[in-house]
Amino acid sequence: MSETLEQLQNRLTACFGDKISASIMHCGELTLEVEAANAIDVFSKLRKLEEFHFEQLIDLCGIDYQRFGKADWETEDTTSTGFSRGVSKDIYNENLNKPARFAVVYHLLSLLHNRRLRVRVFLHNNPPRIESVTSIWASANWFEREAFDLFGILFEGHPDLRRILTDYGFIGHPFRKDFPLEGNVEVIYDPEKKRVVYQPVTIRNRVLVPKVIRHDDRFTSNPPPAGASTK
Amino acid sequence: MPEIRNMTMNFGPQHPAAHGVLRLVLEMDGEIIERADPHVGLLHRGTEKLAEYKPYNQSIGYMDRLDYVSMMCNEHAYVLAIEKLLGVTPPIRAQYIRVMFDEITRVLNHLMWLGAHGLDIGAMTMFLYCFREREDLMDCYEAVSGTRMHATYYRPGGVYRDLPGTMPQYQTSVWKNAKQVSELNQNRQGSLLDYIESFTSRFPACVDEYETLLTDNRIWKQRTVGIGVVTPERALQLGFTGPMLRGSGIEWDLRKKQPYEVYSQIDFDIPVGVNGDCYDRYLVRIEEMRQSNRIIKQCVDWLRKNPGPVILDNHKLVPPRREEMKDDMESLIHHFKLFTEGYCVPEGEAYAAVEHPKGEFGIYLVSDGANKPYRLKIRAPGFVHLSSMNEMVKGHMLADVVAVIGTQDIVFGEVDR
Repeated sequence: MSETLEQLQNRLTACFGDKISASIMHCGELTLEVEAANAIDVFSKLRKLEEFHFEQLIDLCGIDYQRFGKADWETEDTTSTGFSRGVSKDIYNENLNKPARFAVVYHLLSLLHNRRLRVRVFLHNNPPRIESVTSIWASANWFEREAFDLFGILFEGHPDLRRILTDYGFIGHPFRKDFPLEGNVEVIYDPEKKRVVYQPVTIRNRVLVPKVIRHDDRFTSNPPPAGASTK
Repeated sequence: MPEIRNMTMNFGPQHPAAHGVLRLVLEMDGEIIERADPHVGLLHRGTEKLAEYKPYNQSIGYMDRLDYVSMMCNEHAYVLAIEKLLGVTPPIRAQYIRVMFDEITRVLNHLMWLGAHGLDIGAMTMFLYCFREREDLMDCYEAVSGTRMHATYYRPGGVYRDLPGTMPQYQTSVWKNAKQVSELNQNRQGSLLDYIESFTSRFPACVDEYETLLTDNRIWKQRTVGIGVVTPERALQLGFTGPMLRGSGIEWDLRKKQPYEVYSQIDFDIPVGVNGDCYDRYLVRIEEMRQSNRIIKQCVDWLRKNPGPVILDNHKLVPPRREEMKDDMESLIHHFKLFTEGYCVPEGEAYAAVEHPKGEFGIYLVSDGANKPYRLKIRAPGFVHLSSMNEMVKGHMLADVVAVIGTQDIVFGEVDR
């Protein structure tokens, strides 16, 4: 790694200009935020131009930001109901802390320059959709199928957009934040019909440890990224 | 003349060579594969979703169960990602212990791979030989963590406890009399480090033994040479990492190129292949076992000379010792907070990757400042390698599918997550 990450950041900004909506440096990693309309253009340049040369797509994943920064318990003030074990559902309001609910995150690796780069694309339409990158990196094929399966993100131009991890005939997108952890249906063996059948789930998810957010100065050596705002 | 049609054939999910629960739908023209469509997800447990509902430390155990033949390497990526977000560095002794156990894990994984791959394509003896050595390494796991497989040994900030001074001993039983037991316990009289050292001194001879059986074996070569050839360009395009990429002749190893922990201070070599076929990948992995043995030896030497703490003393992150809790109120409070709520990780995101025995194993962690991960993405090397199945087996015979599954070193715990 001959050049610093800041120099790469500058070169990326110089090359793409306003096609990059944000570039964040955090934990020694560089994240670019790109609009969905420009994504394919940026990716093909990142892949092809000799100065970037990101020849591998290491990872591609979806994120659902619906409940980002929202905790089960208030830690600053007391809630109207007090600290009860039951987790209040109405604490999740509709306001998003992020530009859009869904995003796709790409992790790129350049073996030539020994560099990593993360690119995040927020998806504004409903259902979320973005152009596929399978023509640029072949390894995107299954990753995109997975993001489609788990988050319902549509990848336009994908050669074979089928479900991959869930059951045949599965309904819903399980990694969305509004999909319950215990699921909607379970399978049992029905002795009368003599086959395996689906039925509504009979288990309930108990929250043993509520999600809390505490802003303390414990790990001040690593402040939150400048570009990311909480509220 | 009757019409000739392609035949569709199901391979697995219940098949001894499917390495778990792979279902392959093969379109065959006679005995030649036209198209292979792997159906995965039969072992999908939703690890990433489960982790979103648990405090950080409670998910370490889930990492063991991803790739269940290289447990500690998975944990390693996870704790590295947390440490990156927290901005903490474990003590140097903990880093050496992690490197040593990563390499023990690599040998464990490659032995499992070699045994199963051999068994799949007709070398029955390999399985027995490999499991003989695997047993010794499992005992190292047991000595240090109490379990033979799902260790949950690495913690953010270090490792759970220091290396033990004694090894667990065999007991006499209905099946083993006192004489047999004393023979088995012969190299278990000293500390764990003594035991590992005795292993490293005899292991190269064991690898020689495997090589005697396979490397120049005519049948082995017929089954692997020229099978599943991947060019370097294609390997990069398909996202290959680890031995799969090195087998195609690209010298890329995260331990050298992007060193984590103390790998930069350790002397070892990266083997690379030439032709990118199953045989070259076999040679690469065999040589990796020898190199791992070298690394383990260096770690043992260092760990003998340098005692010290193995986990941080920061009780906001690491629970205090049991004895301290008995008479110190502060420690009791720390313990209570850590075990009821856990620690909050500052807002941000991090990607940590380790050179896992199978390739690049990465954890992408997004935190919104809570005590649970907001999103955890596991980048499993097996998932990417399996996605190239169609390309690797096209035009080969049905029997070669088994060789390709073997060479990809697929484990469904990590593919399906």
